[in-house]
Amino acid sequence: MNRDNSLAVLVLIAVIIFVPLVSGSAYVITIGVFSGINALIAIGLCILMGYAGQVSLGQAGFYGIGAYVSATLTHHYGLPVPLCVAAAMIVSAFAAVILAVPSLRLKGHYLAVATLSFGEIINIALNEWGPGGPSGFGDIPTFNILDFIFDTTTSYFYLVWGCVVLVLLFSFNFINSRTGRALRALHGSELASRAMGLDVTALKIKVFVISAAYASLAGSLYAHYVTFISPSSFTLFYSILVLMMVVIGGITNLWGGVVGAILITILPELLRSFEEFDVLVYGLILTLSLMFLRRGLVPLLIEKIKQLRGPLIARD
Amino acid sequence: MLTVFLQFLFSGLTVGSVYALVGMGFNIIYNATSIINLAQGEFVVVGGLMMWFFSDSLHLPFIVSICLTILSAGLVGLLMERLTIRPLKSHDLLLMIMVTISVSIVLRGILAFKFGKDPYDYPAFSEGDPLNIGGAIIQQQTLWVIGITGLCIILLYLFYNKTIIGKAMRACAVDTTAAQLVGINVSRMVMISFVLSAMVGAIGGIAITPISLMEYDNGPMLAVKGFCAAIMGGLGRGRGAVIGGFSIGILESMTAGYLHSGLKDAVALVILLLVLFLKPAGILGSSAAARLRKF
Amino acid sequence: MKRTILCAAFFLSIFIFASSLVAPCTAAEPYRIGAVFSVTGAASFLGEPEKNSAILLQDQINKAGGVNGHPLEVIIEDSKSDETQAVLSAKKLLERDKVLAIIGPSTTGESMALVPILNVAKTPMISCATGAGITQPVNERHWIFKVAQYDFSVAEALFAHMKKHGISKVGILTITTGFGDAGRKALHDMAPKYGITIVADERYGPKDSDMTTQLTKVKAIGAQAVINWSVGPGQVVVTKNWYALKMGIPLYQSHGWGSKKNIELAGKAAEGVISPLGRLVVWDKLSDKQPQKSLLKKFTSDYEARFKNEPGTFGGHAYDSLTMIVEALRKVGPDKNKIRDYIETRIKKWPGTGGIFNMSPQDHCGLDKDAFEMVVVKNADWALTK
Repeated sequence: MNRDNSLAVLVLIAVIIFVPLVSGSAYVITIGVFSGINALIAIGLCILMGYAGQVSLGQAGFYGIGAYVSATLTHHYGLPVPLCVAAAMIVSAFAAVILAVPSLRLKGHYLAVATLSFGEIINIALNEWGPGGPSGFGDIPTFNILDFIFDTTTSYFYLVWGCVVLVLLFSFNFINSRTGRALRALHGSELASRAMGLDVTALKIKVFVISAAYASLAGSLYAHYVTFISPSSFTLFYSILVLMMVVIGGITNLWGGVVGAILITILPELLRSFEEFDVLVYGLILTLSLMFLRRGLVPLLIEKIKQLRGPLIARD
Repeated sequence: MLTVFLQFLFSGLTVGSVYALVGMGFNIIYNATSIINLAQGEFVVVGGLMMWFFSDSLHLPFIVSICLTILSAGLVGLLMERLTIRPLKSHDLLLMIMVTISVSIVLRGILAFKFGKDPYDYPAFSEGDPLNIGGAIIQQQTLWVIGITGLCIILLYLFYNKTIIGKAMRACAVDTTAAQLVGINVSRMVMISFVLSAMVGAIGGIAITPISLMEYDNGPMLAVKGFCAAIMGGLGRGRGAVIGGFSIGILESMTAGYLHSGLKDAVALVILLLVLFLKPAGILGSSAAARLRKF
Repeated sequence: MKRTILCAAFFLSIFIFASSLVAPCTAAEPYRIGAVFSVTGAASFLGEPEKNSAILLQDQINKAGGVNGHPLEVIIEDSKSDETQAVLSAKKLLERDKVLAIIGPSTTGESMALVPILNVAKTPMISCATGAGITQPVNERHWIFKVAQYDFSVAEALFAHMKKHGISKVGILTITTGFGDAGRKALHDMAPKYGITIVADERYGPKDSDMTTQLTKVKAIGAQAVINWSVGPGQVVVTKNWYALKMGIPLYQSHGWGSKKNIELAGKAAEGVISPLGRLVVWDKLSDKQPQKSLLKKFTSDYEARFKNEPGTFGGHAYDSLTMIVEALRKVGPDKNKIRDYIETRIKKWPGTGGIFNMSPQDHCGLDKDAFEMVVVKNADWALTK
């Protein structure tokens, strides 16, 4: 992990610790909790799309699996929460493999549509066979590790963002490992990668699995926070939202996922005063960002900063 | 037994015809630009709601309303192309998909603003009792929908094969650079494809609303199913989308009828996945030709 | 180095900006009530009339001098029919606006999501949704009430009517959303009590355009009546399909049918359709001795005058919940505990739009199947039926 990223992570940790102390508002911290949950999924999608060049319109499916598996195991069987979260991640990983293997040959539009269908099928399955059906179910236990219960907004905020930091560290390591570099090679040119002897198939599966695992973790954290879930939270609409987060924040940089997640989570709160216009304003903001912030906010910012640094210093 | 089967069949034909029209709309744009327009469903909604506006709210004569509706839809397509697609000129697949999604959100927002959340409908094109065929009933409006779909197929066929513009659009689909080299104004073809696609979608909306009503947010579901139809028939193949659309409609109906009605919506998706995994070129498509395409 | 500092500044500024959304505490003069409604999104057919009713009532009360001289301020948040947004809305209301109570949400799912939050915040909530789980088990719902009838009461009203008319085999169509699913469960639960067998159990999606397949199955299996439980255009489509198929068996709708718009859209297909509706929709057909009639008449005419639309049963829920809280406020003042106690113990034989309420420590809803009138569509209008 390079120096700049390490520093940025440290700064993030400082900010995370700092925010609940500065802001006495449970409302703001709640926004922070949801931002963090969204950030987890966004980071996974960033790796998938930005580094491996694969498209997914089905992340809500894994998000839903994570939420439902964890919630059901804890609620119906009383198993400890962290175990169930891990179990959910395994189930999601499994589902990702099932999706990835046949999808491997697909490119571009076709892959996007395959993942979209997958996400929708999961949603229909949850609607049909999930506990409670379309009505969902509640009284899901709050996240707890042994005797410590995360039942305040602030403690949950730390839990979620703690996970974000861990996920970021893991992801940076992954990207800079041999596998990660192989991924970037794959993104650059699949043909060349194969020619170089890379096991392209295994790589793609790995990446799908990682992004699915992150989404699953996010889903579990969501379920144990809101303590009520229903299939209507895990729809195509949400998959598109996550895609928006990543595209607006910047695919090529994991921080883009984090920033995009925060922005998209805050946006509806800022639009509260618009009432009926909010769908319209939402769409307009998204359209305009897509048109003028092509590569996303974070790469744009980084470029501006590089320009400021100027030609004076010939850095890495 | 036969009656029941026929009833399921007619139900499938009813919904399938709209999927077919949406699928055709997808193909029109795809052929000219290689873009998948995920706002396609919204064109259908525009058709239904604008038709209500002209015929029931402004009380204009039937034919006038239809023409105005189709023209308005064409205008919507034109604006979409001019304002969002044209400026981007990007080959970045992802960005284009995202842009069409965000445009669909904007369109939905405008429709919600203008028409609210209520469902709308207007009288069917012909009054009278449903027809009885073999004990199963088929509504007159359903026959209209199927007939109109058939008419669109014929008109599009004539357009693509007998008119210069149509042939020029086909040329763009085959190879954009070569098309430009022979003097075809590719950007104008792109514009026309959006206008045409919007009109086709709107025609579907106009025809189906008397049967199933129209709400501002019917778009996404239609887009997904119509897209399934297009892929099933082979992306880019007009007639394929039609067969795909009707097939999906009928299969959905049969699943609901003979298996389990709760799983109906999964049918289109599962078929889509099967087609993608086993024969991405589509059931009717040619694998060799598909490999040569960009996407 | 500069880059990371700028990154840090960026993150910080976002969070600080967000923190600044917290407004400073304002004067305690007005009484603030929060409202979480699904004004947009899939359940906007619930949230929009609810929002309008709340605004109407607020303005009427303020014009008449407020609540014991204090202006009433109803702060309405749109949950967009989404649980996450409902949670955020509630937190904002509780904390930024420091509301005394919350009315809504519009849907069962959102209400369930808010239950733990309101319990922790020790603030009364009167939901406008129907789910039984909202107010049960009552010992875990100390602060939670609801004013919409139970789904099983709707089912009971339907089955009681059928039993009276000699129907024992019924086919049901439900929509695959929370609304329809709740109805499906209620129908299955209540059927045995009235000696009715459900011989067909069909479903359809919210955007489906044709239900002849499902209806054909119901007919083929020999049902004596068909029940459709949904809201939105699906009700109209089913009605039109039922009519076109000439099914020959009666069509019953759920309480979601109670809107003139449905009759208008379904046209002549709607003749003879039966459903249990809250009295709000048929106030003009009630006898003058009915305790709810005068308030129903006033509410409906005021609403129609201002919004050019009927309030419908759902608008009535907001009216009931807000009226209860205001009454409590008038009697016991701005104390959350006292308001809660008042609602639990003093709302007895209380005429509202949804019915005559009898709240108690065991029942935080207070309505049963007598809240409904059986209504049939006759000559494009409602008519009472037995």
